[in-house]
Amino acid sequence: MAKLLETVDLVTNFYTYEGVVKALNKVSLVVDHGSTFGLVGESGCGKSVTVRSIMRIVQEPGRIEGGKVIVYLDERDKQAGIDLLQQSETYMESLRGDRISMIFQEPNAALNPTLSIGDQVSESFLFHQKKEMCTKIYEDLCAPECQLFYPIKKIQQAVYGMASNNPYAVSLKIMNKVPILKRWQKRLKKEAKKRAIDIIDKLGIPNPAQVVEQYPHNLSGGMKQRIVIAIALACNPVLLIADEATSNLDVTIQAQILELLRRLKEEVISSILLITHDLGVVAETCDRVGVMYAGNLCEVADVKELFGNPLHPYTRALLDAVPKFSVEKELKSIEGNVPNLVTPPPGCRFHPRCPRVMGVCPQTFPEMKEVKKDHMVACYLY
Amino acid sequence: MEKILSLKNLKKYYPILSGVFRREVNTVKALDGIDLDIYRGECLGVVGESGCGKTTTGKAIIRLHNPTSGHVYYFGKGIKSEEPVDITITKNFALKRLGIRGKLQMVFQDPTTSLNPRMLVKHIIAEPIKSQERMGGRELEDRVIALLKLVGLTRDHLLRYPHEFSGGQRQRIAVARAIATDPEFIVLDEPTSALDVSVQSQILNLLKSLQQTLNLTFMFVTHHLLVVKYISNRVAVMYLGKMVEIAETEVLFSRPVHPYTYALLSAIPIPEVEHKLGRIVLSGDVPSPVNPPEGCRFHTRCPFAIERCLQEEPLLEAVEAGHQAACHRKHHIEALIAENFGQNWISALR
Repeated sequence: MAKLLETVDLVTNFYTYEGVVKALNKVSLVVDHGSTFGLVGESGCGKSVTVRSIMRIVQEPGRIEGGKVIVYLDERDKQAGIDLLQQSETYMESLRGDRISMIFQEPNAALNPTLSIGDQVSESFLFHQKKEMCTKIYEDLCAPECQLFYPIKKIQQAVYGMASNNPYAVSLKIMNKVPILKRWQKRLKKEAKKRAIDIIDKLGIPNPAQVVEQYPHNLSGGMKQRIVIAIALACNPVLLIADEATSNLDVTIQAQILELLRRLKEEVISSILLITHDLGVVAETCDRVGVMYAGNLCEVADVKELFGNPLHPYTRALLDAVPKFSVEKELKSIEGNVPNLVTPPPGCRFHPRCPRVMGVCPQTFPEMKEVKKDHMVACYLY
Repeated sequence: MEKILSLKNLKKYYPILSGVFRREVNTVKALDGIDLDIYRGECLGVVGESGCGKTTTGKAIIRLHNPTSGHVYYFGKGIKSEEPVDITITKNFALKRLGIRGKLQMVFQDPTTSLNPRMLVKHIIAEPIKSQERMGGRELEDRVIALLKLVGLTRDHLLRYPHEFSGGQRQRIAVARAIATDPEFIVLDEPTSALDVSVQSQILNLLKSLQQTLNLTFMFVTHHLLVVKYISNRVAVMYLGKMVEIAETEVLFSRPVHPYTYALLSAIPIPEVEHKLGRIVLSGDVPSPVNPPEGCRFHTRCPFAIERCLQEEPLLEAVEAGHQAACHRKHHIEALIAENFGQNWISALR
């Protein structure tokens, strides 16, 4: 399969008062077109920082120190990789929410409580698809069945004709500042809202026309998460990043959302990068899994391979620590605690807790090795 | 088996106040008539979605709030009363005089908020002992150290504040505080949901070993079914302020009866690749507990609802010995599941 996203030796540090938190230590992962990649790990292991670095939304005092984030937006063209870390902020703005979009953990925090649902969903249309929408409105205005008062029709045709060429033209910007003239956008907003209703309807929310008039507090947790997904899907992204999208929901609602994501993956989106701490969610939805520990990626494999034949000691310990459905045995726990990332252990960061630690482990960091086909492990045992 | 607690038609309504005079306009029916027996030495798991009244049940048992109506009888050992005590109507000082307060304890969900950040660990654990009995300073400290050892901490941790500990260690301190007064019964309100998986297994194993060494009875409130399967002997499933099914753990996970239990079982993400149950995805959300639906409360989301479910509320009745369920169609459920979701669904559970 063709690559969609590739990170090469991504390093992100946070400069805090206690010292430099080395949150990511050379993370390299590959997400293919048409696959679901799961990233699992305990809290504080750098899952969220990885995707935030990919989207370049790491907040202060965090800084992306090195590495590459390469996206291949076109499936066929393998040469056309773009390194996102080299691009301008304007380019990133046009990419976020359009080609790559993201669902955040807390639907409450991700939605603005003072704006209606319709405004929030249509915002991404207004930002990314202004030109297409203006062209469509212009065509509608020129169509013979348009029953508008003739002079108004002529004026609107002129404005939207101009906007369909360049929606950010200087004359339009001036018009937006003038109280009466800025009403030209009315039709555009109406069109955006129509598209918002369409996308909300597609996600299986009952009476979408009513929902777009409501505010986030009117909706339940599951519904809010669907709205967040709707915003993310508005512009048909190539890659959807779901950062703990279901961890605050109840199990039955979580099942609904996972089912929805699976359906969407078949129909609309190409790939999903799913971040979770729940190994169950990974086993059910992902094709390929990466396990993270203390800022390192320690094992990457296909889902069946990882759960059937885990190689890294941390993956094994993690799988032994979760209660299972069919097996009844004593849960094993991992001794010790997650290390402080200001002063991470030298060498392999897992070695203080590892049951099979060797002499070489505390000295140098093990590189990612391909042990079997499509099964990569960073451990000296292999 | 010997009962330790018996809940009879327990109700808890929270008032909704509104208007200038703060009149009561409606009530949130958090618990709406619960009958439950808890036996000595068992671990009863209580599962359900958020807002179904799991925590309210736990709080009513240890009288953190007063229930609206109903009774909780406590058959205690080593208390100053021969008769079973009705916890819901006994006065607070009487509870303390009879020695019941120390016998019923609770561990809360989030150890970060349930431990006072301005108190030393030593004082946090000594506080319940001090309020129950008189004890000299050195004796008290020895007791606290013994408790800390019991939960896997050492005496080095005595003079530290809660923020100096990791989440798992904090939860250990909360457990130590709960077992400080030699309780018989502990309500564990989602003790592992704020923790990571590797730490979660530590705490679960700790609780399991404590239950055996101290002869405790647990009520384990959680929304995580696999955790319940690991730790409990008996499971009660709640939905919207009602018990819908109570059974032994093996029975519940192999031969459930209520459609909601089936839906919950199918909804849990299982960390095994080979083991795949088909999904029974429930449509819609949990209805508001302010106006619960007429008849069976689950009928709005139930795939097998019939006319009778809309009108008549099903009672919690025995299906077999030690297995109760509240469903009108409880005797046909396997046939219904097999018909709608395929035969291999049922065989996958067994």
